[in-house]
Amino acid sequence: MHRDYDVAVVGGGLLGSAIAWGLGRLGKTVVVLDEGDITKRASRANFALIWVQSKGLGMPAYTGWTVRASESWGKLAAELQAQTGLDVCLQQNGGFHLTLGDDEFEQRGQLVTRMHNQVGAADYRMEMMSASEVKKRLPLIGPEVSGGSFCPLDGHVNSLRTFRAFHTGFKQFGIDYFPERAVSAIALDGGEFSLATPKGEIRAGKVVLAAGNANQTLAPMVGLSAPMGPTRGQIVVTERTMPFLPHPLTTIRQTDEGTVMIGDSKEDELDDRALKHSISAVMADRAQRTFPHLARLNVVRSWAGIRVMPQDGFPIYDQSESHPGAFVACCHSGVTLASNHAFEIARMVAAGALESKLVGAFSASRFEGRRAANSSGY
Amino acid sequence: MFKRSDQDKRPSVQIFVDGAAIAAREGDTVSAALLASGRDVRRATAVSGAPRLPYCMMGVCFDCLVTIDGVGNRQGCLVPVAEGMQVEIQKGKREIGR
Amino acid sequence: MSTPKREAYDVVVIGAGPAGLAAAATAAEAGLSTLLLDENAGPGGQVFRAIASTPVTERAQLGADYWVGADLVKAVRASGAEIIQRATVWSLDRHIEIGVSVGGVSAFVKARRVILATGALERPFPIPGWTLPGVMTAGAAQTMLKSSALVPDGRTVIAGQGPLLWLLAAQILRLGGRIGRILDTTERRNYLAALPHAFAFLTSPYFAKGLALMREVRAKVPVVSGVGELSAAGDGQLATVTYLAGGRRETMQADLLLLHQGVVPNVNLAMAAGVEHRWDESQLCWSPVLDQNGNSSIDGIAIAGDGAGIGGAGAAVFRGYIAARAAVEALVPASAAKLTPMAELRTGLVHAERGRAFLDTLFRPAPQFRIPSGDTVVCRCEEVTAKDILEAVAIGATGPNQLKAYRRTGMGPCQGRLCGLTVTELMAEARGKSPQEIGYYRLRAPVKPITLAELAAVAKTEDDVKAVVRG
Repeated sequence: MHRDYDVAVVGGGLLGSAIAWGLGRLGKTVVVLDEGDITKRASRANFALIWVQSKGLGMPAYTGWTVRASESWGKLAAELQAQTGLDVCLQQNGGFHLTLGDDEFEQRGQLVTRMHNQVGAADYRMEMMSASEVKKRLPLIGPEVSGGSFCPLDGHVNSLRTFRAFHTGFKQFGIDYFPERAVSAIALDGGEFSLATPKGEIRAGKVVLAAGNANQTLAPMVGLSAPMGPTRGQIVVTERTMPFLPHPLTTIRQTDEGTVMIGDSKEDELDDRALKHSISAVMADRAQRTFPHLARLNVVRSWAGIRVMPQDGFPIYDQSESHPGAFVACCHSGVTLASNHAFEIARMVAAGALESKLVGAFSASRFEGRRAANSSGY
Repeated sequence: MFKRSDQDKRPSVQIFVDGAAIAAREGDTVSAALLASGRDVRRATAVSGAPRLPYCMMGVCFDCLVTIDGVGNRQGCLVPVAEGMQVEIQKGKREIGR
Repeated sequence: MSTPKREAYDVVVIGAGPAGLAAAATAAEAGLSTLLLDENAGPGGQVFRAIASTPVTERAQLGADYWVGADLVKAVRASGAEIIQRATVWSLDRHIEIGVSVGGVSAFVKARRVILATGALERPFPIPGWTLPGVMTAGAAQTMLKSSALVPDGRTVIAGQGPLLWLLAAQILRLGGRIGRILDTTERRNYLAALPHAFAFLTSPYFAKGLALMREVRAKVPVVSGVGELSAAGDGQLATVTYLAGGRRETMQADLLLLHQGVVPNVNLAMAAGVEHRWDESQLCWSPVLDQNGNSSIDGIAIAGDGAGIGGAGAAVFRGYIAARAAVEALVPASAAKLTPMAELRTGLVHAERGRAFLDTLFRPAPQFRIPSGDTVVCRCEEVTAKDILEAVAIGATGPNQLKAYRRTGMGPCQGRLCGLTVTELMAEARGKSPQEIGYYRLRAPVKPITLAELAAVAKTEDDVKAVVRG
């Protein structure tokens, strides 16, 4: 049989793109199979944070994995810029989670303590700051801000430009990106994978499932599992304004273009076409209480996106025993973890095996025999 | 670029553009008054700083954005003039607190 | 200016142009609680712009067709409908809840029926230099003329095609304005293509009026026909217009260029509500899928006027009557008897639409004026060029929504109104697909900007707060 590619990556969002780009970087022949113009695309709806603080309560390995990603993002941004000329506007000078009122401040303080006390978690700084300390760094905060937590590893990036940079890089690595080819079936056939798409069969030596929540359906085709628990999130975006926010916040950030993104909600509703204005209103209200000058800005867009979310909130990286060469990767934080996907996961897939030292904790076997509760902090 | 027809008998309304008084007419939109003033009222875009003037005059193109009475990014073509109104031509992104 | 008096109405009409005025008057006369919301300072929409306030006192200068609007306004004012001007509708959903902003305050109203009469906007005319100060739409000039009696007074060039262009030129001249030249971009082959529809047109109301207008304008302004290329240039301000006609390229000085190549339905609100639209190949635009009463794919949402597909002001009035009558028949059947019978309205509509196929064919804009290339700006808000878009297609952008991720097209304040059609057609051509296959931006509320404070003031429940504040 003719093998078209070394690796077929199913899913062309940020996660699939990062892995595919990383594989191309290692000289592999790669195809990325993606859906079309209208589909649930978390990597277009995301908030673009590279976020460490509060990640990993309940799973110390996730904290370490996140810190590692944060530390290698600079390398990713530099390589993308060198290759494509695109500046993804990486900014990693630390981020805040601000609180309104005393109760929220106290709760956040407890969370920070729990994070620090967690045995085996990576050692990184995350500290509570009083309102007056915050004000030194963010002079425009309003009187209701009671303080917040700060983590120097946090940052943000232009996620749409990152996406475009990966896809621009594909061309230069000779990676085939095939949109409008949703994969309907995968079979192991003569030691390689056959993937059925609306435009014919694709054959590859290995397959990486990076299709977001759709991994739940695809994974069983290759003897894997990916239990997902998607949620909906809404985001509100303002018109462009002069730079005022030198650090990103968990729910407010100013893009390099000047718009202000305001997040976000977590809803069980999974229709991403409709919006609930009353939820946007809560977000808008909190944003204007945090930075009173935002009240006058115009909201130019809002949208709902469906989060890719493994059932317990932590990433899933797994390889198939029954179908050697089949991998599954899904996580909520496709932006934060992009560098890990491009460098670490791609390297492991190229080598043919996931390294348990780095990602063993993320096997989907953790779901066996229990119903996981989402405790990741989202 | 534009002149007023002699038959226009509407009362005059004084507005200020970057501090300078101009004569508008009751019922003019801010954009119409600016274009009629003969002054250089080009704004600069928030993206590249390119100069622009109103394009559609019917509320869809957003090229008439202007600061009115201290509030930035208002659609000048949808706002009627009022006596004493302070209009500022915007250069680039909306300023903080405006 | 005040927000709506009630929380719920039988009928809410959005847009006070010909269709909206007719619809609101009909619904209110039949006894339905009716709210008419309009974004402008006064009623009339675009075609009857400033009908209640125009400083143009010499009525003949605007033409008899304009003053028809005064009767419609009179009727709606006498009908008992609640009318709110300067009301910006920013949201409509499938539950027929309408988010409307008045004077910086938002309210939500429910309706048993909503009739969208959001009309048309001018088709994008993306030529090199169309973002320069001094380049405007013909409609913009007409708005200034009707509402402020302002006319072009420098070196003015009007370029494009279609009935509105000739009407505008005549009005400018009547009010004492100056026009240096008219550049007619109508494709010569269109005259032949339109022939089969000529009989209907000759017997339509357009024919005699159109001919007279063209004669009036040609007597005073040089007209160049068969213009196949067009561009504007200048350093930060329009200085010259260059065109190609009859094998000759000419550059002329200009300080105002007015562009027009027809109008297209203003679909943003309907699309954001989720109303199904289809690509209309004869009008080269997106039109909602409607039944004969204007009912859309969403129960309770009807569309009348040019927003339902371009038909002109006369047709818009009948579509408004029909949509409103259908609402009356559904909500208070007993009251329908005192309204004009449906059959009569349909006959009127057929008459008003007569000649439309001829106009659509004759004034089908040439491909080079719809599908730009190179450095020509497509998305005015985000300043994205045709070349940028083609580059994105080359690396995998499949349609307008994916293109946003690559290039931010349609993500600015105009929300695709000035680039959407161009993007669809450009991508369709680049990918060898039909515009229908390529699709359009997925639009969402707010379809017009509202302030963050306004959004923040929307009523919220404890559950809403819990969905956002989660420790």
